[in-house]
Amino acid sequence: MRLVHYVNQFYAGLGGEDAADLGPRVLAGATGPGRLLQQLLGADHQIVATVVCGDNYAASDPSVSAELLGMARAEGAELLIAGPAFGSGRYGLVCARLVAAAQAAGLPAVASMHPDNPGIGEAGAAPVVAAGAVARQMRPTLERLAAAVAKLATGAPLTAADGRVGAAARIGRLVEDRAAKRAVELVVARLAGDRDATEVPVGGFDVVVPAAPVDKAAAAAVALVTEGAVVPFGNPDRLESARATRWLRYPIEGLDGLASGTWESVAGGFATTHANADPNRLLPLDATRELEREGAIGRLHGEFFSTVGNGTTVATAKRFGVEWAAALRKAGVQAAILTAT
Amino acid sequence: MVTNLVTIAEQVGAPRIVAGRGIQYPSGDPNLSPQAEHEWRRRLVKRALAAVATHVDKPTIFTVDAEEDADA
Repeated sequence: MRLVHYVNQFYAGLGGEDAADLGPRVLAGATGPGRLLQQLLGADHQIVATVVCGDNYAASDPSVSAELLGMARAEGAELLIAGPAFGSGRYGLVCARLVAAAQAAGLPAVASMHPDNPGIGEAGAAPVVAAGAVARQMRPTLERLAAAVAKLATGAPLTAADGRVGAAARIGRLVEDRAAKRAVELVVARLAGDRDATEVPVGGFDVVVPAAPVDKAAAAAVALVTEGAVVPFGNPDRLESARATRWLRYPIEGLDGLASGTWESVAGGFATTHANADPNRLLPLDATRELEREGAIGRLHGEFFSTVGNGTTVATAKRFGVEWAAALRKAGVQAAILTAT
Repeated sequence: MVTNLVTIAEQVGAPRIVAGRGIQYPSGDPNLSPQAEHEWRRRLVKRALAAVATHVDKPTIFTVDAEEDADA
C-alpha cells in the first residue's frame, strides 16, 4: 500500500523553533521517524512521500489540514500516517486535524500521540494510537504505530487492543447477550474493582463549570497568571522548561510592565524570541497596569503566577489550577487572566 | 484564558476564551509597530475584562475586533 507520512519541521530535520513558521512541503520517501517506521512496516507498505509543515504555520489555521491532505493525495496516498506527536500540543493538534480531514474525505488515516496530548480531541472519530509522552519512547511508539498501520491497511478497525486512544467511533455489531445481561455483568465487574470496563467510553477532559461573572470589572481585584514560563531573567528558581512539576509566584507591585532583560520566558515548547524582546507579549502587565490606573479594574493583584504548560500532564495542570484558584481566592481576587501559549 | 490556540481551549472546556494573534505571544503582536501593539494589547485586556464580567454556560470565544480600533 502507498503510504504518505506527515511530520513537523523538527522531525523532518528542517529546524527547530526557528523553522516553526515553515509552510507545507513534500519530501520524497521516508524521512526522520519515517525511516524506522518503514523498516518496521516491511516490504508490503511503502512510505512514498513525507508531507512536512512548521508547527506554528500548521497549528495556527485549521484550513491548513486541507492543504496538507491535498498534498498527500497528490502523492497517491492510499493511507495517511501522522506523527508520532508524543505530548507536543501544536504537532498533536495538526496530526489530529489531518487524520480527521483524511477520514472525512474517505482516505484511511491514523495518528500517533500521547493520550494526554491536548490536540487529540480534534481527531474526532479518526483513529489515534497511543505514543509515549516524549520522543525517547520513539521505538516502542513506532512499533505500535506500524502494527496499527498494517492492520488498518487490511480494512480492519483499530481497537483499544491496538493501542487506540481518544474518542472511538461507534461501530454497530451483533452481540450474543441482551443489554440487561451485559449491564449486570458490568456492574458485577465494577463491584469486583474493575473501574474501566464499559461499552461507552466517555474519557477525555472533565467538565469545567464556568464561574459566575464578576459584577463589575471596574470594582474587581484581577490577577495575571500564565503557563508561558515567565520568570525573572536568569530563572533563579529554576522553573522547568517542560513537564512542570511546580509553579512560581512573583511580586509585581509598583511595576508598570515587564522589561526585556529583567524578565524572560523559559518555555521549551516554542521560540521565545518575541516574548523575550517584550515579555508583556506573554503577560500583559503594562496594559493591565494602565487600565488599573484608569479605573477599568478595581486593583491588579500584587503578584503573578507562572508555570510552563509545555508537556505538563493534565493531572499536574489540574492541581496547579486548583492551587491557583485557592491562592487567589484567599487573596480576595475575583478574576484571573490566564495567558496560554 | 487568552490564547491563540482557541480550538484547544474550547475542547478542554475553558469557559471564557479571548483569541490572541500568535502561539508565542498571546498578548502581543510583533507584526505591529510598538505603539500599535500596545494599543492592541490594551484592547485585548479590555476584552478579557469584559469576558469575566459576562455570563457564560459553555466555552465562549471573545474576539478583539477591528471596530474597537477607535476605542483604544
